[in-house]
Amino acid sequence: MTTLTPGAARTTAGYPDAPTSRRPVGERVWNIVGLLVTAFVAFLWLLPLLWAADTSLKSEGETTQLPLRWIPESGFTLDAYRAIIEQGDLLRWFANSTVIAVAVTVLTLAIVALAAYGFSRTDFRGKGLVYAIVIAGLMVPPQVLIVPLFQEMTAFGLLDTYWAVILPQLAAPSMVYILKRFFDSIPPELEEAARMDGAGPLTIFLRIVLPLSRSVLVAVGIFTFIGAWNNFLWPFIATTNPDLMTIPVGLANVSSGYGLMYARIMASAVLGGLPLLILFVIFQRQIVRGVAHTGLGGT
Amino acid sequence: MAVLRTAEPGAPRPSRAAGAASGGSPTPARNRAGRRSGSLTGWMFVLPFLVVYALFLVWPTVSGLWMSFFNVSLSGSAGEFVALDNWIELFGDPAVWSSLWHTVQFTIISTPLLVGVGLGMALLTNRAMPARWLWRLAFFGPFVLPVTTVTLIFVWLFQPGFGLADTILGWFGIEGIGWLSDPRFAMWSIVLATLWWTVGFNYLLYLAALQSIPEHLYEAAAIDGASRWRQLWSITIPMLNRTTGLIVVLQLLASLKVFDQIYLMTSGGPNYATRPIIQYIYDAGFTNYRIGYASAISYFFFALIILVSVAQFRFTSRQEGKK
Repeated sequence: MTTLTPGAARTTAGYPDAPTSRRPVGERVWNIVGLLVTAFVAFLWLLPLLWAADTSLKSEGETTQLPLRWIPESGFTLDAYRAIIEQGDLLRWFANSTVIAVAVTVLTLAIVALAAYGFSRTDFRGKGLVYAIVIAGLMVPPQVLIVPLFQEMTAFGLLDTYWAVILPQLAAPSMVYILKRFFDSIPPELEEAARMDGAGPLTIFLRIVLPLSRSVLVAVGIFTFIGAWNNFLWPFIATTNPDLMTIPVGLANVSSGYGLMYARIMASAVLGGLPLLILFVIFQRQIVRGVAHTGLGGT
Repeated sequence: MAVLRTAEPGAPRPSRAAGAASGGSPTPARNRAGRRSGSLTGWMFVLPFLVVYALFLVWPTVSGLWMSFFNVSLSGSAGEFVALDNWIELFGDPAVWSSLWHTVQFTIISTPLLVGVGLGMALLTNRAMPARWLWRLAFFGPFVLPVTTVTLIFVWLFQPGFGLADTILGWFGIEGIGWLSDPRFAMWSIVLATLWWTVGFNYLLYLAALQSIPEHLYEAAAIDGASRWRQLWSITIPMLNRTTGLIVVLQLLASLKVFDQIYLMTSGGPNYATRPIIQYIYDAGFTNYRIGYASAISYFFFALIILVSVAQFRFTSRQEGKK
């Protein structure tokens, strides 16, 4: 990879009284070098996406022509997109992914927020033990659960339904942990006043605690959504009916289905990734803050 | 999902590096509010989650262990009790050891790259620079893509002959290589795709940590005449120690679970040269219909993960004790 630029770490912007004799010139050089290196690395990182988008805009005949050309001789075309949209599968997978990711996000937020509040602000016998069991769940790699989960879903008769995909994703101990820590940090005085006025715990939770937690709920929600949308292994195992496939599972079949039609394959890949890229651009600030402050995410 | 235990917002420092999970984190708040609410109310709050948690996490965890002592087939019939047979078999199964080795190999190659490149990107962009959103989009954007989009694109880049990767090698006078078809290169190619896809997460963690290093340290160093290079090694890198420790652990745990991108790019080939342990579990259970055996391997792997976590936790506690 590129070597680190010494001094790229900081500018002098923050410390104007640094020795001024030679700094300004050196500073400017460093800034320009830093910017150039950054731009180069960024270009490298964008290259696969650009090339995929470029391929998707070519006619099938020209995707494999040598030498490679960014601009095809016969110009760009939307044929590949038209073909995959007309074929229809992708739209169905979109719909499935949307239903599943929205359901997972809404249900997770609801049950996890309630539980986190319960662990943070209420008392009941066995709470310590129950919370310890929930936290222990952080250690269980989800991949280890696929075999028993598959058996369980077979027994419940839920295989090849949305529920089979949705339900296991709701058991998210990490989200309970993050929200509980956040609720712990809210000053109790705010709730105290409402309690004096006779508000019950549920009212306090809904009227006072949730509105205060909007930013962390948004972060947890976004990450749950991304996780659910991109989840591959479990939906892949839980659904065999093409009508129920999500985007990641459906796309896995694309390369075999389209054979050597690379423009169509790349058009599918681009369309499959586009919603989340758009989501990222819209929620950039919340996502960045979410990673920084709660460190949630996954691979 | 990985969880970092970061401290309060504004000071993104791991309070204690992730790993062995321990109990709650007591804060003054929790001891005051809510004490008076009845026991029943508490249960009402946690019950919906506990039901889901018990059904879809606790029960499968327990039943998986149980199944590892039976000869269960995928059809679901109970199967006969075979005691430790599955466990004894797995220790003598070369495929277990080779797939475990591939997982370790992937982890050893990918972890330093994902940490180092993430740090490099964060150092590059952690300053007043035009178009910050563009760099963030370039470095973090791939992280939000579905794994299949990533693998479709990389399989296309790695196409022998007319792929972009071969073309770029050609500029340097290197003959095309079998990126995914040559056992010598396949794992590296997968690591390359993984690096591109997931480094953004480490990048953001580093960026947050860099922004919390107090500016006056650099001011003082500059007055003392420390060069930029010197400041990087004497201030920045040491101040990032805890973040680095945390990122390394998270990365180790994430890399050990590798499956999706390998399955989609090479299906574990060529000739099983890249098959990770998770795929062997999948193959044993869903291709060879040996659920009991697959469960035993799952638990063997789970035990290793716990071992790594505990070792790491011990290590961090000792480090913290020294300070």
